[in-house]
Amino acid sequence: MADTKYTKDHEWVRVEGDTATVGITDYAQEQLGDVVYVELPDIGKSVGAGDEAAVVESVKAASEVYAPISGEVVEVNEALADAPNGVNDDAAGAGWFVKLKLSDAAELEKLMSEDEYKTFLAELD
Amino acid sequence: MRYLPLTPDDRQQMLGVIGAKSIDDLFVDVPESARIENAFDLPPHQGELEVERALSAMASKNTAAGSVPFFVGAGAYKHHVPATVDHLIQRSEFLTSYTPYQPEISQGTLQYLFEFQTQVALLTGMDVANASMYDGSTACGEAVQMAHRVTRRNKAVLSGNLPPHYRAVIDTTSNFAGDAVVALDADVSGGEDIASRIDGDTSCVVVQYPDFFGRVADLSAIASAAHAEGALLIVAIPEIISMGALRTPGDMGADIVVAEGQSIGNALNYGGPYVGLFATRQKYVRQMPGRLAGETVDADGKRGYVLTLSTREQHIRREKATSNICTNSGLCCLAFTIHLALLGEQGFTRLAALNHESACKLAGALEKLPGVELLTPAFFNEFTIRTSKPAAAVIEALADKGVLGGVPASRLMPGNDAVSDLIVVAATEVNTDQDRAAYAAALTEVLS
Amino acid sequence: MSTKTTFTGHRGLDHEELLIFERGREAACGVDLPAPDGVASRLGGMDRQGGVGLPGLSEPEVMRHFVRLSQKNYAIDAGFYPLGSCTMKHNPRLNEKMARLPGFSDVHPLQPTSTVPGALELMSELARWLMELTGMPAVAMSPKAGAHGELCGLMAIRAALEARGEADTRTRVLVPESAHGTNPATAAACGFTVDAIPATEDGRVDLAAFEAKLGPDVAGIMLTNPNTCGLFERDIRKIADAVHEHGGYFYCDGANFNAIVGRVKPGDLGVDAMHINLHKTFSTPHGGGGPGAGPVVLSDALAPFAPLPYVTSTGGELKLVEDEQSSDADPFGRMVAFHGQMGMFVRALSYMMSHGSDGLRQVAEDAVLNANYVLASLKDVMTASFEGPCMHEALFDDRFLKGTGVETLDFAKAMIDEGYHPMTVYFPLVVHGAMLIEPTETESKETLDEFIACMADLAKSAKAGDKARFENAPELTPRRRLDETTAARKPVLRWTPPAPARAAE
Repeated sequence: MADTKYTKDHEWVRVEGDTATVGITDYAQEQLGDVVYVELPDIGKSVGAGDEAAVVESVKAASEVYAPISGEVVEVNEALADAPNGVNDDAAGAGWFVKLKLSDAAELEKLMSEDEYKTFLAELD
Repeated sequence: MRYLPLTPDDRQQMLGVIGAKSIDDLFVDVPESARIENAFDLPPHQGELEVERALSAMASKNTAAGSVPFFVGAGAYKHHVPATVDHLIQRSEFLTSYTPYQPEISQGTLQYLFEFQTQVALLTGMDVANASMYDGSTACGEAVQMAHRVTRRNKAVLSGNLPPHYRAVIDTTSNFAGDAVVALDADVSGGEDIASRIDGDTSCVVVQYPDFFGRVADLSAIASAAHAEGALLIVAIPEIISMGALRTPGDMGADIVVAEGQSIGNALNYGGPYVGLFATRQKYVRQMPGRLAGETVDADGKRGYVLTLSTREQHIRREKATSNICTNSGLCCLAFTIHLALLGEQGFTRLAALNHESACKLAGALEKLPGVELLTPAFFNEFTIRTSKPAAAVIEALADKGVLGGVPASRLMPGNDAVSDLIVVAATEVNTDQDRAAYAAALTEVLS
Repeated sequence: MSTKTTFTGHRGLDHEELLIFERGREAACGVDLPAPDGVASRLGGMDRQGGVGLPGLSEPEVMRHFVRLSQKNYAIDAGFYPLGSCTMKHNPRLNEKMARLPGFSDVHPLQPTSTVPGALELMSELARWLMELTGMPAVAMSPKAGAHGELCGLMAIRAALEARGEADTRTRVLVPESAHGTNPATAAACGFTVDAIPATEDGRVDLAAFEAKLGPDVAGIMLTNPNTCGLFERDIRKIADAVHEHGGYFYCDGANFNAIVGRVKPGDLGVDAMHINLHKTFSTPHGGGGPGAGPVVLSDALAPFAPLPYVTSTGGELKLVEDEQSSDADPFGRMVAFHGQMGMFVRALSYMMSHGSDGLRQVAEDAVLNANYVLASLKDVMTASFEGPCMHEALFDDRFLKGTGVETLDFAKAMIDEGYHPMTVYFPLVVHGAMLIEPTETESKETLDEFIACMADLAKSAKAGDKARFENAPELTPRRRLDETTAARKPVLRWTPPAPARAAE
């Protein structure tokens, strides 16, 4: 089971081989409310860590989803086009946004572990 | 003062509750240097009678379109609006209501916007329409911006027969946004070859239909040429009533259709307020600017309407909005919707037929006159004539004779010698045989 | 309260109403037009293919349809709108009568100007009032709405920078965090980048933070004054002077002009450009969302760049300048076809002439008095976001609702059942669950007292844990809460004719 890493902007990333799957956390989807639309990047686009990778829209807000690590977009979650509620239903799993081909695995070390993220969340409220 | 309910007693009491000695205490943050005591060169308040007198005096200096033979068009047209329309738009609940952000108490507004959006889509032959923009020219500017977003290119190619004001609006926004514009020269002959100017960097091709000179032509070939290069075809319609008689831009392959909707339900108003129509294909829905009313259900399962896809708009996306626009044309939209509801299929198509016929009759009378050449063989309710004397002077001379005969092209294209003898003439259902006879007679005199 | 159901679905005076498309019949028509004479067509073969698909209705049916729709709308004529930053004041009917005078409504923008001297006079007179009230030397009249006016102001600034050869180096515009979304959207549309300025604890621009952000790449600042929290920016002169010293310009969002009209001239505050919402301060009706008008007053520095068209006065003779060739100045271009929102100009001038300079000053004073009365009366039962008096609007936040399970949204919806349009909610973004209340000067003390009592009662209910009053509200309206999620996920933006029954295949 691959380790999941987290960012302060509530994105998660899970690596298998040199492919990283990116999504937003359950906390983030709850803050957003009902997701109505997801704007996904083009396949082949290169993103640096911290660059905008996608946009997730609820009725009253639109939030950028930032790439936790650098890479090239190799796959996007097409299912979200017809069923954006997938983000609300299973943010940590089936509601993933993009898969990136990793360019620098070392970047993962800068991110939070699951425990560190839980602590971070507790401090937020 | 009749609009101010507070009495001096009220004000005293309220200051007491607030804990301020005088109203000046509440303006304490105003810098000393900016405090004024009656330093305005403006008159004091006046009653209704005085205001009416002053404004009526100003208004009476103007020649109203309904008082003379009237043939002025070029983007705004005189039509008859049924009495029901103005009565309904002055109902308190329409006139004095706010934007429908609280849908539970705005279903009236939201439902007519939904009806309006449907009407616009039907008229233009497109899939979806928004709840209106300020006017046709800004709608056209927004269409160009939308095409840039959709194609991720930033070069617009403009027909030379777009109205000069529309071209100027596009030039202005493109200049500030850093976008490129290729504009052809005006050409009344109908020989413009816009297809050859489209390339792989073109985001959109913009044409007017009928064009500035009134000419009607098939746009299918331009649509194909644009699509072959991955560009969008934007069609601007100056006279929306033409859609009751003419093939629609949607039918010919347009990707975005914009129009000036003033002709339906709205007075000439010396240029505003008007109502911009904006319609496109289903696949571009999320890239459309402006407000959108959408159907949904309420907590009891009853059908209702709400503003939707708001995340495109400025109050949410801020810098990344599809447009900075805040208002739609509300009441002008409503007037449009009501007028078109009264017209219905039969009335609208007949109104279009009458307009075309009025123009045919006028063209038939004018083309026979010495010194007059009709330049537009195919038109809807507007055509262009070449006169044997400079057009601007002809128009002034006609006005002296009590006939408002049209727009000299030079008014909108100053310094362009090729058009200095051209007049754009509009005819609508309000013109009578007497009007046409008066025009023919006056023009004969002026050109002799 | 009766829960009786009815056969028709109507409830007394509240009627259910279908779409015109569902009511129309081909054979019905609401107008009588003569048959065409049958003159030969000159459409060039470009005849429409197929029908339009419009429904036919008689005049009585159209009248009843739209009257019924109107009855589902709240309106200022019927009730109080405490909407912050909207200035929902009474819309005088004299203005409607004046706008409909044929000399104003039935004239075409492209008639020879010799046939409409009164139109130029009206525009010129309104311009004079606007310049006089703001203390500014010039005004651009053509923008069609406030946001359009903002665009005009920023374009003028960009044009001025270009004339100085600094358009490529000065690309950053400073905008407070509390600004309305149109401000950054407009700046971005003009090719600027937006740099947000934080606020201090007392809700004003943080002067130190602002000064730290100044530099040679700053094009200017966009400020609203009074700001979106309803507070006058005390340091506004310092801010203006600092921006000017650094070579930038000061754009002022005039949405809140109602607080200071007749008492303060923005020209005296160092403003370079300010749009004025005629549909806010000057009472032109909101019309369910428009039309508006947004003329922009300009300083001497920006006046040369005002867009086309404009009216000039030489020795008492008025002239309409419509193109670059006829212009002696350096207009940055044209923003719209024709000359501007004449219909709104007439209404605004009628309003101004009715009030006069003394009346307009009273407008600002009563607007500020009313807002402070509401603030003073509610600050102990709700949480005011800032200490001290406000200007024409009072800002509260949701701290008083903490732990009650009632959100700002629910509070607002409960107000609807009480007969009020809610105040502005969730704006400005700088406080949590914002509630911005702007009574305006056209509300009586009686109205305010009833409103205050109601708000206090709602606050008391929320704190007492009476969630039922809020969570399903509104319950007494033509429609209950609507499903905005589905409307956004699967947008249905028009009526579609049902698919025709398939012919035997």
